[in-house]
Formats: sequence, C-alpha cells, structure tokens
Amino acid sequence: MKYLLMIYGDEASLAALSPEEGAQMMAAYDKFGEEYGAKGVLRGGERLRPTSDATTVRVRNGQLATADGPYAETKEQIGGYFVIECDNLDEAIGVAAAVPAAHVGTVEVRPIWDM
Amino acid sequence: MAGDWDLAEECAQDAFARALERWPDDGVPTNPGAWLTTVARHRALDRLRRAGVEAAKYEEMVVVSGEGSTARSDEIADDRLRLIFTCCHPALTVDAQVALTLRTLAGLTTTEIARAFLVSDETMAKRLVRAKAKIRHAAIPYRVPPGHLLPERTTAVLGVLYLLFNEGYSATHGAQMIRRDLCAEAIRLARLLVELMPDEPEARGLLALMLLHDARRAARVDAAGDLVTLDEQDRATWDAGEIAEGLATLESALRQRRTGPYQVQAAIAACHDSAARPEDTDWHEIALLYEELSLLAPSPVVELNRAVAVAMARGPEAGLDLVDQLDAAGTLTGYHLLAATRADLLRRLDRRDEAAAAYREALGLVGGDAERRYLQRRLAEVTASA
Repeated sequence: MKYLLMIYGDEASLAALSPEEGAQMMAAYDKFGEEYGAKGVLRGGERLRPTSDATTVRVRNGQLATADGPYAETKEQIGGYFVIECDNLDEAIGVAAAVPAAHVGTVEVRPIWDM
Repeated sequence: MAGDWDLAEECAQDAFARALERWPDDGVPTNPGAWLTTVARHRALDRLRRAGVEAAKYEEMVVVSGEGSTARSDEIADDRLRLIFTCCHPALTVDAQVALTLRTLAGLTTTEIARAFLVSDETMAKRLVRAKAKIRHAAIPYRVPPGHLLPERTTAVLGVLYLLFNEGYSATHGAQMIRRDLCAEAIRLARLLVELMPDEPEARGLLALMLLHDARRAARVDAAGDLVTLDEQDRATWDAGEIAEGLATLESALRQRRTGPYQVQAAIAACHDSAARPEDTDWHEIALLYEELSLLAPSPVVELNRAVAVAMARGPEAGLDLVDQLDAAGTLTGYHLLAATRADLLRRLDRRDEAAAAYREALGLVGGDAERRYLQRRLAEVTASA
C-alpha cells in the first residue's frame, strides 16, 4: 500500500525559526529520512516553498486562468510531503507520527489510489 | 488484507448472531469456539451453495470458517477480537465505529441500527458503506493491534461499548428513555470482550459498570415514562441477580490491581446498588471515588458528580460551593445537568426563587422528553405555595 503523507503547519511560525532552530529541524528530517529510507518505507518526498510562491491554475471553457497564491487560504499550509509504502494503515500512522512536524503541525495520511 | 475482512465479517457475523440468539436460552455450549466454527461453516456453505460461488472463493471462505482444520476455540476467539479491533479503529469516525460494531458483532440489521440512532435507513446504510470502503481503501488492518498500540486501541474499543450502553441507557434524544436492545447488546459485547481479554481489568470494570446500572433499569422510569431519581426508586425492583454479577465482576477486576476509570465508575454504581435504602448510601465513599475518578479521567462532568456526592455527604451548601466554582470556570456552560444540579441544591436549601430560575434554565437546555417532564415537575414544586 502506498500512502501520501501531507505535512501541514503554520508557515509564519516556520519562517520565524532562528537559524539554530531551523538547523535542528533539518537534522530531525535527516534522521527521519535515514531511518525510514533504510527500512525501505520512503518512496519519495520534498519540502515545498511557502504558499507565497504558489500559483493556481484553472482552465474553463478553454480559457486559462492563473492566479497568485494557494488553492485555499487556511491557517495551516502544506509545507511538504512524503510518499511511503506500508502494509497497512497502522504502519502508515506510525511513520506519520515520526515525521518531525507531527509534534507541531498535522500530518494527513492519504492512501494513494492504486491504478 | 481486505479479503480477510470481508469474508471473516460475512461468516463470523452469522455465527455470532446465532450464538446471541441461542446461548441465552440453551446456555453456552461446553466448547463455544467449536460451536461457533460449526455454525459459521454451515452458514458459509449454505450461502455459497445458494449463490453458486466458484471454487476459488469457496477455498478462501473455508479458510476463514475453519473447515478442514480442527475447530480450535482460540482461533475463533482471535477472529472475534480482530473484528472488534477493526470495527473500533480510531481512523473511523466514532459513529461509524458504533454502527460497524453493531452490524458485524451484534448482527443487528442496518434498519435496526438506524432506528436505534434515530437516523434514516439510507443514512445508516451510507455510513456503513463508507466505513467499510475506508477499511478497504486505507488498508485498516484486520488484526489485534501489536503490544505498543494495544493500550490506546483497547481504550477505543471500551469507549465504543460504553457509548453504546449510554446511548441505550440515557437516550439523549427522543421519547424512549431506555432503549433496552442497545443496552443488552453493549452488555453482551462487554461480556465477550472480558472473555477474549481476560487480563484486561478495565474490560471487566466496564462490564461491571453496565450490569450495575442495568440492574436499576426497571426502577429508573415510571409507568408514564418519566425519570425516577435514585432516591425515589423502588429498590425492590432492582435486579438482584444482575447486581450480584456486577459486584462479582467488579471484585475480580479489582483483584487484577490495575485501576482505571471504568472500575472506579463501577465502584460508584456498586455503592448505590448495595444500599438497601437511599439513606444507607455511603456518600463519603462515593465522593472519594469521584475524586479518584477526576484524577484518572479529569472532566467537568465528573466534577459535577463529585459536587452532588459532596452535597449528599456534607450538606447542600458544600455541594453548591463546588457547583459555583464549576459555573465560574465556564466549561459546562449550556449543559442542562449543571443548571439542574444547582436547582436541586437550591431547592434543598429552600432558596425557592433561585431554584425556580435554575430549573427554568435547565428546561431551556434539556433534550430528552422524560428529563424535561422531571424538571417541570420540580419547577412546579418550588413555585407552588411559596
């Protein structure tokens, strides 16, 4: 089973981190990546630039409409994602709980549609 | 993974349903596991024969129903426990957990469950379909969780059974004060859980709690369907057999020496059930138990109950102090029992005008018809012949 872990957090507080705190966070993600990479669970994942760099795109009646900003203005934003491979939801929940952001933000676990 | 769940659900459900029908009358067979296996197998065969299912499917089904292997009761026990934990997985909404548990473990029909929760058949059917789809799509495992997840998940399972019982016992909405069938199902399932998890004292605690409450069922509502409070109940109508079983169950739970909120609540219920007359009730003990409960499971509702116990043990004035503190904290604003408790204490202190105001406030918040009539009766008392 493949799952997408979407990492939600408050961008503003992330941007306000001191250099030391930022380094600590990166180290935590390195550790997470090493641990779950070695277990063969991690299938991919990236950190995303903030929603201020986001662009939304729609095509209606053949007309392209682009706009600045994210799809929805929310209190917490997607800051990154992982794709993982697990046997079942309990294992996926275990991996989600190990994502450093789970302690300050929220991790949404979504099964990937097997096509 | 998903196949296991569907097939196991299909045949196990029938066998359990039959067991629940038959065992109360015929008694539990000497080897309940073997009995269940046999029934599950016969049911599966019948069903497959009728449906003309192909060989491969049949093979699969046989594995689940235990055909071809010696019927081992622990295998069946494992199957039922797996079902319980799958139904009560925290990734499902609590509504869905309750509905699935009733459907797969109690064998209730969708219509019966819909009626119990006062929603349309269609809504309940959708809820069940959605829950089953999530079990499949998100790969909720069909198993008893491993050790490190067990405490959290067991709490979830106990919570679902407790909710089920409460829904039946207090019927938060609508006319029928006690929905007997829900209570009975909750007790059956709690009994099953005790059997399946003999080392879990909180499962016993929950069963004891249910039995000790259920024993007072007949006395709790009068002929008109109105609520009768503990001190006004006809204690002769309490079910002595259920009380005895509840007390014995609680005792065996306490002997396991791992306390928990259900055991403490059962101990409180035991204090009431053991009192032959209302004035024999050990309110000091009850107040202490509520204090312990508020440490184990802090909640303003528990605090409110403690206030009532303190009022009974040390007088309405002392209880009212605690109620005032709760009121000031604001966590129970809008909860009809806060206003009703305040009203009751003021009535006992003969502060009639304040009591009347509090009864009116409670009436504005209450949902159930029986409780409403009770409050109206009290309001009439304090406003009459001042």
